[in-house]
Amino acid sequence: MIEAHDLAARRGHARLFEGLSFAVEPGHAMVVTGANGTGKTTLLRMLAGLSWPAAGEVRWNGQPVVPFDPAVRAALAFVGHAPALKDELTAVENLATLLELAGERASRDAIDGALDKVALGSRRSLPARVLSQGQRRRIGLARLSLLARPLWILDEPATALDAAGVALLAATIVEHLDRGGLAIAATHAPLGLPEPRTHSITLQ
Amino acid sequence: MSTMVVAQSPATAAPGAVLPGVRWALARDLRLALRSRAELAVQLLFYVIVVSLFPLATTPERTQLSAIGPGVLWVAALLASLLSLPRLFAADYADGTLEQIALSPYPLESLVVGKVLAHWLTTGLPIVLLAPILGLQYALDNELLVVLAAALLIGTPVLSLLGAIGAALTLGLRGGSSLLALLILPLYVPLLIFGAGAVEATRSGLGATAHLSLLGAAFLVALVGTPFAAAASVRIALD
Amino acid sequence: MAFAWSKFSSPASFYPLAGKMIPWFAWGAAILTAIGLWIGFGLAPTDFQQGEAYRIIFIHVPSAWMSMFVYLVMAFWSALYLGFNTRLSAMMAQALAPTGAVMTFIALWTGAFWGRPTWGTYWAWDARMTSELILLFLYFGVIALRAAIEDPRRADRACAVLALVGAINVPIIYYSVKWWNTLHQGASVSATEAPRMASIMLTGMLVMSLAAWFYAIAVVLARVRTIIVERERGAAWLHALPEVAQA
Repeated sequence: MIEAHDLAARRGHARLFEGLSFAVEPGHAMVVTGANGTGKTTLLRMLAGLSWPAAGEVRWNGQPVVPFDPAVRAALAFVGHAPALKDELTAVENLATLLELAGERASRDAIDGALDKVALGSRRSLPARVLSQGQRRRIGLARLSLLARPLWILDEPATALDAAGVALLAATIVEHLDRGGLAIAATHAPLGLPEPRTHSITLQ
Repeated sequence: MSTMVVAQSPATAAPGAVLPGVRWALARDLRLALRSRAELAVQLLFYVIVVSLFPLATTPERTQLSAIGPGVLWVAALLASLLSLPRLFAADYADGTLEQIALSPYPLESLVVGKVLAHWLTTGLPIVLLAPILGLQYALDNELLVVLAAALLIGTPVLSLLGAIGAALTLGLRGGSSLLALLILPLYVPLLIFGAGAVEATRSGLGATAHLSLLGAAFLVALVGTPFAAAASVRIALD
Repeated sequence: MAFAWSKFSSPASFYPLAGKMIPWFAWGAAILTAIGLWIGFGLAPTDFQQGEAYRIIFIHVPSAWMSMFVYLVMAFWSALYLGFNTRLSAMMAQALAPTGAVMTFIALWTGAFWGRPTWGTYWAWDARMTSELILLFLYFGVIALRAAIEDPRRADRACAVLALVGAINVPIIYYSVKWWNTLHQGASVSATEAPRMASIMLTGMLVMSLAAWFYAIAVVLARVRTIIVERERGAAWLHALPEVAQA
């Protein structure tokens, strides 16, 4: 379970938000919406442990955590603004490298299977530089499905995805929630997550 | 219940293990470097060109060249190192990989060491091999060339280690590489003094043992200390 | 020094305290400078070896000492900041850098003017002056890094790390430069060897050093107040201050 208590954020001298508190239980998702510049990315990065809050604290499983806390790192799958792909590596190599970085070892079959599921099977041996933005996002989806991590923090995961891609994203998240995971996603477009398990907050 | 969460895959490494992090970063960065061989070749060419400029600016006279040779070869190595340092983190920072690296269960310090090792293998080691050859242009005799190579062998890893701190601190900043030079060059001064001094000491008959030992000590201290400073700097840049 | 600090560790409470302290240190600096210069340029006898030109050490040596001392203090505040995350520590470190750079600059210039009449050259690559030069670069590095980073928090932390890395390296750099210098005995002259000290000269230097210290404190406190105003812009306590509320 992840909680925020009285979180506040600053960018330079401006306060983005303050007094923000919420809790997300296993099996639930939280969607963060708001106009550009309201601090959605900042909030997600605080929850992921990349940024220090200007005030307040984040708690993971009841314990207050500071940025880069090992317990959070071991439990987290973070998808940031930029898909973390190296242009020079192929889709398969990128996926394998990222999984190894997370301390997981997936078999070649598992990786191929995951890429097939996101409709990149035929493109798996192409260097990432020739893939479109949408295809790169799909590799990120494949990574999520292969990582066995309880906490997903996703920053604008639907960017560049077409309707089929968004549907796949939603399905992947729902599967994750079904397994008892939690997800927090910042988004502009509606993701189509099931209502009862999703709460929404809007930053202004 | 909150305990009914997805089980960690059995292949997950114990967090805190040092070597897997080093190995991952080393393997990946080497693979990436080998796929951009042109960039590496250009950096080496820079070294060759700079070294060749000095005689043109001073004199072809052999005794004088021999006097400035060790210094020139060392300063050029410093400059080549500076030029290549942004490569250490900038690409990863731009495409979002650095965040993933920082959020990895492996200690960031070990990942940094792996990256620095890859950087040295692709930048420093070629200089160590090239410098003695270029030293012939400066009329340095074999004994001096050997000492030069030894000094560079011990010193260039320290250039990469210290440089990592500067590279991380200046990530994403305007005027990045000049700023990096300003930050790092003062820290390089002792290496320059001991490294070029080793050759001078050999030439004057004093023997290079003291210089090389000091370089060795600097290497050990840097190896132990700089990963922490560099990792802290990476986290600061990601904040 | 630690006893009352926790009370004053917030910018809001430190601001008025600093304001009260500045006049004391400013006047103290002025008086001590007057005394010191009177001793140095008036009372102290002409040096047997170096003539009148040596008198510049009454400015050179204090500024050189301060340049190194200020760096250590800056590193101290940086360490405090990284350890305890108090904004004021970072602001103190930020305020110290320019003063340290100025002291280093004065030390270098006065050293050059001392060298010229005494040894015939403005710049001799002796160990201490060369180390001072590198120290100047270290200060410039911290100042430049702060200027390059827009986010104040990232700037605080990056400069703190840089200051600490620099502080650890300063003795190494000094030692290596000294080594380099002694191996080239013939080529160098020690332009900054102070003349054998008559006790009155020592007194003069100590008074001037104290003056420099008071001056540095006054200037740094004034600067940190400016930094506080700039960075706490928008805070309620700032707007409640008489000088701000009236404006």
